[in-house]
Amino acid sequence: MSSRDLLDLLWLVPALPLAGAVTLLLFGKRIREPIAGWFATGLVGLSFVWTVVMFLALRDIDPRAHESIIWKLIPSGGFQVQLGFLADPLSITFALFVTFVATLIHLFSIGYMHGDERYSRFFGYLNLFVAAMLVLVLGNGFLITFLGWEGVGVCSYLLVSFWFERPAAAVAGKKAFVTTRVGDFGFMLAMFLIFEQLRTLDYSALEQASTLTTGTATAIALLLFLGAVGKSAQFPLHVWLPDAMEGPTPVSALIHAATMVTAGVFIVARAHPFFEHSATAMTVVAWVGAGTALLAGTIALVQPDIKRVLAYSTISQLGYMFLALGVGAYAAAIFMVITHAFYKGTLFLGAGSVIHGTGDNQDLRRMGALRRFLPLTAGGFIVAWLAIAGMPPFSGFWSKDEILASAFSAHDYGVWVVGVAAAALTGLYMTREVFLVFFGNERFRAAPAAEAAADAEPAPEEGVDESTVSPTVAFGDPPAPARLEHDPHESPRTMTTPILALGALAVVAGVLNLPFRSLEFLTKWLEPVFEDVPEIHPNSFVGGFALSTLSVAMGLIGILVALSLYRHGLRRPDEDPGLERLGFAGRLFGHAYYFDETIARAVAGPITRFSDWLDRVVDARIIDGAVNGTGWLFQNLGGRLRRVQTGLVRNYALGVALGAAGLLLFMLVRG
Amino acid sequence: MTLAAVEVTANYYLVLGALLFTVGAVGLLVRRNVLVMFMCVELMLNAANLTFVTFAHELDDVGGQSIVFFTLVVAAAEVAVGLAIIVAIFRRRRGATADDLDLLKG
Amino acid sequence: MEFAIFVVFAALALAGALGVVLGSNPVHCALSLVVTLVSVAVFFLQQDAQLLAAVQVIVYAGAIVVLFLFVIMLLGVDKRESLRETLRYQRPAAFALGAIVLAEVLFLAGRTWATGARSQRGSLDAPVDGDNLNNIERVARSLFTDFLWPFEITAALLVIAVVGGVVLARRSGQPVELLDEADDEAAEEVEEEVREHAEEGTASS
Repeated sequence: MSSRDLLDLLWLVPALPLAGAVTLLLFGKRIREPIAGWFATGLVGLSFVWTVVMFLALRDIDPRAHESIIWKLIPSGGFQVQLGFLADPLSITFALFVTFVATLIHLFSIGYMHGDERYSRFFGYLNLFVAAMLVLVLGNGFLITFLGWEGVGVCSYLLVSFWFERPAAAVAGKKAFVTTRVGDFGFMLAMFLIFEQLRTLDYSALEQASTLTTGTATAIALLLFLGAVGKSAQFPLHVWLPDAMEGPTPVSALIHAATMVTAGVFIVARAHPFFEHSATAMTVVAWVGAGTALLAGTIALVQPDIKRVLAYSTISQLGYMFLALGVGAYAAAIFMVITHAFYKGTLFLGAGSVIHGTGDNQDLRRMGALRRFLPLTAGGFIVAWLAIAGMPPFSGFWSKDEILASAFSAHDYGVWVVGVAAAALTGLYMTREVFLVFFGNERFRAAPAAEAAADAEPAPEEGVDESTVSPTVAFGDPPAPARLEHDPHESPRTMTTPILALGALAVVAGVLNLPFRSLEFLTKWLEPVFEDVPEIHPNSFVGGFALSTLSVAMGLIGILVALSLYRHGLRRPDEDPGLERLGFAGRLFGHAYYFDETIARAVAGPITRFSDWLDRVVDARIIDGAVNGTGWLFQNLGGRLRRVQTGLVRNYALGVALGAAGLLLFMLVRG
Repeated sequence: MTLAAVEVTANYYLVLGALLFTVGAVGLLVRRNVLVMFMCVELMLNAANLTFVTFAHELDDVGGQSIVFFTLVVAAAEVAVGLAIIVAIFRRRRGATADDLDLLKG
Repeated sequence: MEFAIFVVFAALALAGALGVVLGSNPVHCALSLVVTLVSVAVFFLQQDAQLLAAVQVIVYAGAIVVLFLFVIMLLGVDKRESLRETLRYQRPAAFALGAIVLAEVLFLAGRTWATGARSQRGSLDAPVDGDNLNNIERVARSLFTDFLWPFEITAALLVIAVVGGVVLARRSGQPVELLDEADDEAAEEVEEEVREHAEEGTASS
């Protein structure tokens, strides 16, 4: 069987998890845990294996791209659509790490979701998500990619609001969906423009991108970027991601760290010809990315919830990726996508393990010194911390450094400065989190029974159903009373294994694209996709080395500052030294610059008032008035006309005579 | 008398017929007694018959007279049935006026 | 001579018509109608419609008006009908319309209506098959050949009319709830009056 024949079976990659999803969603009630979990994990694992086969097959063919059409649609207007899958370096790379990370996270979920009453449905949704994501990255055109795009959006909604008994979760799911919808609107408009200009929605349209005017290309690029901004939670559509932490932690790890949020990066990379043709669009992308990286970094500094810190961190790291895309360093961006998937995945899974082990507590102020109780988790977490902070030789260093170096070499000094500043912030907030969780003083122990009564802290309200209260800790919430009566425990093997696996990868993944000519495996592999992009190289080796040193130094500064503040943990749970030092700025960061509140006032307020006006005036008075008025009119008219019917024969006879006179008159006039 | 020499052409009869018809029509509209209204209807029918016969004579055509024959028959049938209806309605009422029958009033 | 007859009987006809319309006593109206009918019969005679003249007198004046008188007597409508009009616009409208219709008919008749086309149903005067037939024969010929179908239909119509008349005038078993007790008493009063008058021998008017 030749490689091309094998590649025709590319459809199996998304089909396997899709089959799993259909089975679990239809027959979920009959499939008990943990079979459902293993079944789903197995299918995704198989999908990964098959992706590897596809990868190997792809290496054999030249040119390195193979399209397999699944379905030909011929709708109206001479618009032919060929839906199918495209195997090329970009899509296969994404498919590889998506399926790999997804398998590990499925494995983690088997233990994490233990005891949940909708266990099999969870795995059904997870599988469905993986299938949609794979359709997104493997599609051969904008239309089918959009299909996957919408699919992941739906699954994100379903999974974020999985515990929908919690009002906060339901609201968060809605918020995620609606916010990304704004971006999807941009995507759709871009598709319309592409079709109008180039008469096709396949990726073959990309080859003709240079024939467009700069204005059109800018429009298309910016609209696609709008979609990416929504999906990848960049400013100003970033608001949904922190709230999406209401979902179970595996969901946060898979969707909101490793995969769905990278869809934005994917589409910009895939549609890069449009961006390359428009310098404006590139600048916008770079600056939005850089700005978001800095912004999110500041917000993460003072968050008290372990997952919220990671959420803002994700937003910030995604900003880096867009920064890279904006300066034309596509391979660097994708490199970072992969390394980020590894270390962020580790961090999220680790957080999940910590939450699981401390009795569903997510408040950083109520943790501390957990490395003794969760050693494996701590190990993975610490490794990932060093990676994200950009410390060599961990993977994060290589990827972040490449991005910053590319920015500098492309003479985009502005974004470079912002990126470097954000690196310092990254070091700061991650170190804070690590030390508040695993080092310092223990703050989670419940006070002994005798002291509890004398304690000034108030007991939880009577009658509050704990299961509906969100465990997410918002900035400004007082720390909940310490409740843990027993020692925190390490998580079972199914949970720690993925953490350690991803952690290990976070260490070594740097080898994928070391910045030495012969070792840039990823860049070389992705070359066929980005042939038309001018290469960026540092001026000299020394220059590059100096830049690297600078970025490492910035990261170190951040780490050291955080160390000095948080080395011993928190003296009192409600006193955060960093927050106090920041004062007003700290509160601003904590409330995420009051962005949500501003939108509520600026957008929701007028819209609500407008709706109200529509209801009162247009609907009640004008429309109802017209409808009721019509009714009244006919009633009135009928009432009056009714009086013609007197019931008297003589009147009717008069009518006949009148008619006769009229007829005769007509004949007279007509002649 | 020189008047005797005036020839009575068809026009005379036609005008007379029209006059009779009009009188009958006005009477129908004005009178309230149903029997008198009925009689006015008969007047109108007669006017029409007169016109028919006039034209039969004028055009030397016997068809006109046959039509009158049928008109007569129909008038007779109509009177029979109509009077039966009137009897049925007004059997126990005092005074047969058409204005009492206003059940169809809207 | 013809003219004189025409004038006299035209005057009678119109007088009779006006009598019908203006008479307050229904019996007087019926008698006026007879006058008009007879005048019209004379006109039929003048125009070579002898059969029709005879039929007119026999059927119309002899049967129909008699029927009218029967019903008048039956219903006891010998009361004077109030000539005050209850509907305000009825009279003026009636007169106006009457005048208009008359004017229109006369105007139209003078112009294009009378086409003068014959229906080719047979002549009144010309010999048929060499014989000079009289009016009855000619009408009979026309009826039984050209107008056979209408003839049969009208026969059926007469049967229907007879049946209808019988059914409608029959007193049904259940009295119709049209009247209340006051009317019943009133009807009884009328009967009483009629009896009184019959005994006294004076005619009510």
